[in-house]
Amino acid sequence: MFRFLINRLMLLVPVFIGVTVVSFGFIRVLPGDPVEILAGERGVSAEKRAEILANLGLDKPIWQQYFSYLSDVLHGDLGVSVKTNRPVVEEFFELFPATAELAICAIIFALIIGVPAGIIAALKRGTKIDQGIMGISLIGYSMPIFWWGLLLIILFSNTLNLTPVSGRLSFFFDVDPVTGFMLIDTLLSDEKGSFLNALHHLVLPTVVLGTIPLAVIARQTRSAMLEVLSEDYVRTARAKGLSTFRVVTIHALRNAMITVVTVIGLMVAILLSGAILTETIFGWPGIGKWIIFSIFARDYYAVQGGLLLIAITIMTVNLIVDLLYGFINPRILHQKNKS
Amino acid sequence: MKKTLLAAGLGLGLALTGVAQAKTLVFCSEGSPEGFNPALYSSGTTFDASSQTIYNRIVQFETGTTKVIPGLAESWSASADGLEYTFNLRKGVKFHTTDNFTPTRDFNADDILFTYNRMWKEDHPYHDVGGEYLYFGWMDMGSLLKSIDKIDDYTVKFTLTRPESPFVSNLAMDFASVLSAEYADNLAAAGRKDDIDHKPVGTGPFVLQSYIKDAFIRYTAHDDYWDGRSNIDKLVFAITVDNSVRYQKLKAGECHVMPYPNPADLAAMEADPDINLMRQEGLNVGYLAFNTEKPPFDQKIVRQALNIAIDKQAILDVVFEGAGSIAKNPIPPTMWSYNDAVVDYAYDPAKAKAMLDLAGVSGLKTNIWAMPVQRPYNPNARRMAELIQADWAKVGVDAEIVTYEWGEYLQRSRDGEHDTMLLGWTGDNGDPDNFMYVLLGCEAATSGGNRARWCNKPFDYLLRQAKQKTDQAERTELYEMAQEIFKDEAPWVTIAHSIVFKPVRKEVTGFIVHPLGSHIFYDGVDLK
Repeated sequence: MFRFLINRLMLLVPVFIGVTVVSFGFIRVLPGDPVEILAGERGVSAEKRAEILANLGLDKPIWQQYFSYLSDVLHGDLGVSVKTNRPVVEEFFELFPATAELAICAIIFALIIGVPAGIIAALKRGTKIDQGIMGISLIGYSMPIFWWGLLLIILFSNTLNLTPVSGRLSFFFDVDPVTGFMLIDTLLSDEKGSFLNALHHLVLPTVVLGTIPLAVIARQTRSAMLEVLSEDYVRTARAKGLSTFRVVTIHALRNAMITVVTVIGLMVAILLSGAILTETIFGWPGIGKWIIFSIFARDYYAVQGGLLLIAITIMTVNLIVDLLYGFINPRILHQKNKS
Repeated sequence: MKKTLLAAGLGLGLALTGVAQAKTLVFCSEGSPEGFNPALYSSGTTFDASSQTIYNRIVQFETGTTKVIPGLAESWSASADGLEYTFNLRKGVKFHTTDNFTPTRDFNADDILFTYNRMWKEDHPYHDVGGEYLYFGWMDMGSLLKSIDKIDDYTVKFTLTRPESPFVSNLAMDFASVLSAEYADNLAAAGRKDDIDHKPVGTGPFVLQSYIKDAFIRYTAHDDYWDGRSNIDKLVFAITVDNSVRYQKLKAGECHVMPYPNPADLAAMEADPDINLMRQEGLNVGYLAFNTEKPPFDQKIVRQALNIAIDKQAILDVVFEGAGSIAKNPIPPTMWSYNDAVVDYAYDPAKAKAMLDLAGVSGLKTNIWAMPVQRPYNPNARRMAELIQADWAKVGVDAEIVTYEWGEYLQRSRDGEHDTMLLGWTGDNGDPDNFMYVLLGCEAATSGGNRARWCNKPFDYLLRQAKQKTDQAERTELYEMAQEIFKDEAPWVTIAHSIVFKPVRKEVTGFIVHPLGSHIFYDGVDLK
């Protein structure tokens, strides 16, 4: 197990280096620089511009900038935002809990509905129910997040007045940020009704962000279940006279879950990219919105630091998923160790 | 329907109970502030969140006008040569007490010296903390100041290197907000200098309570405010970037005031019985500048002809959707010295064509640069460029529309790469100098701020004279003459001044739309 972990961590090194190159290069490929955008119509003289660029370390050759960036990153310093003069790490972790909370809720929503839907579709293979579930999941998978979000706002917020339009909590509640996770912070605070209000605010963004993962999970669960259900040991279990419920939940589902866990690992990237759109639609104060604004402002350090941290998050989750395989099916761990 | 009523009732009940406990005013602001020191930043969003709530300046703009009134100085006087300004400071002004700082003394001259020297002197211990002092540079304060002297604890004298009448107005601008020297000393001793710009301490009507980026800013009333405690107990900025979402929140009673409504929502807002749609002409101008260094735009007659060829009313209807007024001068009509006697070029394509023929210009191929961003003075530059392109095509001018990324657009146009370009300006201090000298003076023609690259000696002379006079009547006369030269020379097509709309819920009383764009929740603002 330990060797497996070390192997996986070693693999992350080239990925990490690659991510620093991409995040560093991406923002610099875009035309314009932060000084011009900061100055706007009022402008800035050539000398002043050169001075500001020098202060930001952006006057050096590009390779030199990269290596000093890499060295800083290895020392845990992601630089200071050009726009706000605050450390990028501080800004990121201030907003990250909002995105994490939304992503976690979305994945839970997707699992709670997606896994049973996939199982039902597999059990009712070829019937109208199967076709119905798969048809709906195809629609969900193809749904553009932006359009889907607006549609739900128009229906539930504007027409039916059932959900709030945007934000994480009504501004009439005065809740101190402790963990940054609103559901936890509202429970910790003494503001009555704030937890339900926070939950209320989470409903639509969760549905919107969770729709694509839900569709993918439902489809993957169905195909994994179909495969497992045709295995000999399932037939044996059935022959022993076990109930369908036991066969499905005890025998089949555990093996089918390997595929589902893989999908969840892959979903993290989709969730974080989907969060950019979802956060924009719902005024959700998370890192997605922050990255977008930083790109507009050509805030080099915020963008490269932000992308790097997002990549690290995705890598970490995938590592955890790899480790989880071992717990679900020890044979995988054993094989990996042997190889 | 029942559910709708129930949900609406719950929401309203919630809102009302919130308001009943303490008077809480919620402002659905348009974005996160960049920080809490207005000297370091340039956006109105930051100014609303800092200078207009947390801080005061030595002099201030009267809410609703650009008139300069006493702030932290009770009075001031200028020497006859216009080189010395002496300010008598107010006594008994208290700084905020926060988690980070408990003041041991009242505001005095040391705070003024700290604030200005930090921006001005490169060897000041706080100069390199924070970032660039953008507006201090833009207003050319560095070369304008000769010295700042503390005469006694409550008297400060500013000495200038040259007479500059807009100087006092500059001191009323957001960037000149006064910080606490004592707080700075404490932070320096604790090795936490950076906190000065992010955990602010000021003398203003509201104390910062908490801030979560992209979510909200909370303030409480400053109990010991020198001009009387605010009627509002708690002020919340609910940061809501999308203008349609802001409107939905305003309708739902989730906020009381919102800035920058979507033009498409104005009619609905007007009809809403709960909303008071306030309006005022913005202190801005949107224009098309001819690059007068490039032929044929170096000829006055060509510039005039192309002015005449444009149907401004159509632009106003289509691009501004009525939320603007036609501009004939480079300064807006709400500004003093606006010359209403100037006659604008009337739309007449036949006459324009004849003038171009007279100038010997035929088959002209040119370009129109359109900004890639939405600005208060130009909601849709691309659409505006298309309308101008169509108008010019009618007089035989073939114009190609060009656009660049915003930073690049500004840089390239400053270098004079354009033939004609769209841009605009929003006033900083209510002084005509801040439009005319900055955008049309000869100095700006070389530094790039003057996108027409137009340097007219008589016009420039008038502006320089006006800078040196302190008497407003004399200055008005000079600026009026300058506007006539400008119209005749036609370095720009003056297109429009936008109208600023502010939807405010009816329970808010005393709110005034400020011409400089700030949102002010002090001065008589209350909740019914």
